[in-house]
This record gives sequence, C-alpha cells and structure tokens, in this order.
Amino acid sequence: MKLDKNYELNRREFLKNAARLGISVAGAGAAIEVVFGDDVLAASSALSPAAVRWAMVVDMTKCTRKTDCIDCMAACHLVHNVPAIENKRHEIKWIWKEPFINAFPEQRDGRLRSGLAQTDFIVLCNHCDNPPCVRVCPTKATWKRPDGIVMMDMHRCIGCRYCMAACPYGSRSFNWMDPRKVLDEKTINREYPTRTKGVVEKCDFCAERIDHGRLPVCVEACSERALMFGNLSDSRSEVSALLAGRFAIRRKPELGTRPEVYYIV
Amino acid sequence: MFEKARSGGRKYWTLVFILIALALAGVFFYLRQLSEGLVITGMGRDVSWGFYISQFTFLVGIAASAVMVVLPYYLHDFKAFGKITILGEFLAISAVSMCILFIFVDMGQPFRIFNVFLHPTPNSMMFWDTVALMGYLLINLFIAWATLGAERKGVAPPAWSKPLIYLSIPWAVSIHTVTAFLYAGIPGRHLWLTAIMAARFLASAFASGPALLILLCMVVRRHTRFDPGREPIQALAKIVAYAMTANLFFIGLEFFTAYYSGIPGHRHSLEYLFFGLDGRYGLVPFMWTSIGLAVLALALLINPSTRHNERWLATGAAAVFFSTWLDKGLGLVVGGFIPTPFESITEYTPTVAELIISLGVWSLGFLILTLLYKITVSVREEASR
Repeated sequence: MKLDKNYELNRREFLKNAARLGISVAGAGAAIEVVFGDDVLAASSALSPAAVRWAMVVDMTKCTRKTDCIDCMAACHLVHNVPAIENKRHEIKWIWKEPFINAFPEQRDGRLRSGLAQTDFIVLCNHCDNPPCVRVCPTKATWKRPDGIVMMDMHRCIGCRYCMAACPYGSRSFNWMDPRKVLDEKTINREYPTRTKGVVEKCDFCAERIDHGRLPVCVEACSERALMFGNLSDSRSEVSALLAGRFAIRRKPELGTRPEVYYIV
Repeated sequence: MFEKARSGGRKYWTLVFILIALALAGVFFYLRQLSEGLVITGMGRDVSWGFYISQFTFLVGIAASAVMVVLPYYLHDFKAFGKITILGEFLAISAVSMCILFIFVDMGQPFRIFNVFLHPTPNSMMFWDTVALMGYLLINLFIAWATLGAERKGVAPPAWSKPLIYLSIPWAVSIHTVTAFLYAGIPGRHLWLTAIMAARFLASAFASGPALLILLCMVVRRHTRFDPGREPIQALAKIVAYAMTANLFFIGLEFFTAYYSGIPGHRHSLEYLFFGLDGRYGLVPFMWTSIGLAVLALALLINPSTRHNERWLATGAAAVFFSTWLDKGLGLVVGGFIPTPFESITEYTPTVAELIISLGVWSLGFLILTLLYKITVSVREEASR
C-alpha cells in the first residue's frame, strides 16, 4: 500500500517536473519532442508545418468518472443524423466506446493497471496526418483539409469501401441500407444532410461547426470536460499545453498514419 | 464473324440458354440489391469486402494467365501453342468482363462509377487497376479479333497486331501486380501487408488460368471437330505444375515469416484461416481443402506418368483450379478482415442472394466465353473442311 503510494507520488512528481520542463521550452518544439518522443506535437513538427492543425485530446482520467455515460455519442449521432441500426454488422458509428485492449490491441499481452483492460475508451476518426483512407480513395471523395480534418464527400463516394479496408482504426461506416428508413422523422437535424444508401461516412471533427468558430458537438456535450479540442500548431492552445504536461498515447502510431487523437491514461 | 455464334447445334443452344437463365437469376437478385442496398449480402462493417471482391481478385488471375500461351508462342516461337493462343485470349476477355462486373456489383453507388474517370486519382491503386483492366480488355479484343479474322481469310494477321501482342505480355503481368498492390499497400491489414503478394498472385494466376485452359481445350476437343492437339495441353500441364509449386512455396514463406518472427498481428489472420482463432473456425475446412487439393494436384502433375494420362491430368487441373479458388477466391480477401482492427472476430458467410448474383456474373462470363469459342471453332472447322 505504502509502496504504491510512493510510486504514485513519484509518478506524479515526475509528470509535474516534466510539465514544468515542457512549458519552459514551449517555444522550441524540438525540445519537447526530445522529452516526450513522437507522441507529442508530431503534427505541428516539421512534417506538417500548417498554421492550424486541429486535434483532440481525450482525458481518460476524467472520461471514466461517470459510468455508462454516452453524452458525447448521443449528441454527435443526433446532430449528424446517424441512424441507430440494431444489427451490429450494419451499424453506423461516428464516435463510440471500445475497451482499452480493443482500442490498443498491441497492449493486450502485458500486465496492465488493474481494471484498465476493460475500461471503455472513446474512439472516433483519428484525422490522421498521413491518412491511408485518403491515399486509396479512387475518386477523391475523402480528402484532407489543410487544417488536418479528413473530410468525406458523400455525394461523390461510389461506395467501393476501399477506405474501410485501408483504415487501421475501423473508424469508417458504410450505409448498407437506406439510413432514412431508420431515422426518426421528428429528430432529424435539418441543418445537416442525411445520407443515401451505399456511401461511406465517418466523424468530420464537426468541420461545419469549427468553421463558424464553434467546438465539436461531442466536446460541448461532455460535462466532465474529458474531450479537449484545439489547434496543435499553436503552442499556447489548451491541447498543446495539456499534451506538454501529460503523458499521452495514440492508437497504432507505429503504422505511420500520425493520428491526431491523443489519449491521456 | 458474329453470325457464327448465331448458328449451332442442340448442345450449343442448350448451354447458351442455361447460361442466360442463370445470368437472369443473377440480374433478378441484383435488382433487389439495387433497391435495398448491400444489406442483402453477408458483408458488414468488419468484413466490408466479401464474395464479390474475392471473385474479382481470383478472376484477374485467370485473365492474366493468357500470357502463358501468348509469351511462348510469340517470343519463343513455340509453335504448338499457335492453335490455342486465341483460346487463351478469349478466356482473358471473358475473365476481365467478369472482373469488371464483380467490381460493379460490389459498388454501393454503381451509377456513380464514372467518378473514377471524372476525378482521376493517381495515388489510388484502384484507379490504376481500373485503367489496367480496361486496357487489357481492349488490347485482347483487338488482338483476338484481328488474328481470328485473318485466319478466316487465310491471310497473315495485320502488321499493327504484332506490337500490340508484345504490349499485352507486360500488360498481363501488370493487371495482377496492380491488383496485388490493392492489398499489399495497406497498413494495418497484416495478412495483406506482404511484399510477395504480387509474386503470389502471379504464381497462382499462372497455375489456375492454364489449368482452366487445359479443361476448356478438352471440352472443345470432345464436343467439336476442332482438336487443339495433345502437345499444347501437355505443355500447359508443365506450366501449371511449375506455377503451382511456386504458389505453394510462396504460401509456405508467409507461414515462416509470420510464425518465426512471432509478431502476433502477422500470425493472427493465418491462424484464423488455418487453425481457428478465439474459438472461431469458419474458414478452416475450406483452407485445408485448398491445401489438400494443391498437394493432390502437384502429385498428379509432377509425376510424368499421371501427367501424360489425360484423365489424371484433367483431375489435376481441376484440383489446381479449385485449390486456388478457395485460397484466393475466398480465404485471402475475407481473411484480411479477420481479426478486425480492434482484434475482435466477426465471421463472414455469404448470403444466398450474394451467391446467386455471383453465379449470375460467372454465367455471363461463361456466356461470353461460349460465344467467342463458338465463333473460333466454327472458323477453324470451316478452314479444315
């Protein structure tokens, strides 16, 4: 027990020191990378010097405070007219929960902090800096904006589902049937298009809201402030500061996709 | 020359009508798919490509294999293949037609398919595959039609056909290489992420295509007055034996890398396909049938005494065809999706509708083949009269 506490303290102290160090060299991105490795500020490094690089930080220490909370998912799926299809095979999902060992399968073998294996993590499109889905799309129906958001043109998509094969995160959904048949007429958001059958869709980081200076709807819906959204290219942004101070991981960074959703565990 | 396809005996018309009926059954179910969506198939968000794309992948191999008769005949002046190059080219035409149809029936929005040309995307392997397949179809149509037309008139084929024939040789290799690149360049699908994918595709293509051609030559000889002869069939048998050996060797290489390296992700799909993973064994019997047929085929085709016996040869060729079909037309594509990116397992079973649509496409392909072979045979029968 005592040992555990000491360990906790040491870890916390270490993080605090690291944070101090991180903040003190915030101006020089390279130094931060030395401290934290590739997991921090990769996107705003030399690989993509864009002025704006949107990213999300999921603070799992906050996310797990409320059990069975689905606020972010419910808000997103309502605003984006995502149908609730019962059959698991035909589900459409933009943001949902997966147990840690499924979201981070390469971590499943070792000893994990007790309870972590089955802890539900929030997963969504990673808006990769080097997105395989964009690379493979034969019609440019999915593409990356200069600010890093991976977009989807559901009017151009031919429904070949090559992007679904290419996405290493299972983030893409295909409309196996007409979603309008499942949507409730009364709750349809007229501000956002509904889809036809036979096209692929996914989270778009609420590009339609961001462009009007608003936060993504999932971020707004989270009462625990576990979802943070901001510009990683700006070292003074909330997300940059958060990542500079805390240890964060990304899903499957070894694939070189440079995902832009970070998890504080 | 089309008029040759309009007259024929009773057997010919029976076959044509059976194929038309099966194709119509496929069309009927396709219309249902068109109105309800791909929900009527067994595919889902985890296994998002299934039977259609598997058939496409397998048939690209059949199409590419025409090069195995064209190359020896035109580059090495191997005269024995002179009589059957046209059969190989027409087989390629029918196979590419099926490939295009299988892609088409797999589309969620088939009427938007021209977006591939309206918005050409060179970084997409699918764009290149479309270009390669369309080009291959056109090249073979021109070559086959010109050479058969010349044969009918008893003159030499037109001069422009020669460079086109030479072009068709690397082009055949390219269609299957690019098809392999569809899979081999995707991060996170470990079964597909292998540098020898294109080599494996070509080896299995050069086994399965000529194996089918052997069987077709035997059918043609039995039911018409055109005899392709014993020598080309025996030569094809040797090609099949070598290619199938290479194919099996390549599969062994995949096992070595996956198991000796011990990297879990590289092992999982093979484990699912051949031994079952997490208590799921859906494809295990099919994969071992494929291996069993491959071993049987090699025993029959490598051993000269069975290879020279045409009955055993036919058995061996059929074994090669079904072995590679199970491996490529079933296991390879579906296996790539299992386990999912979340390391969970969703199994895939095609639905009846999906199978009938697939059968419809195969029938349409064989209808094209039947008509083209009928024309060829009639021209040859006329010449020998």
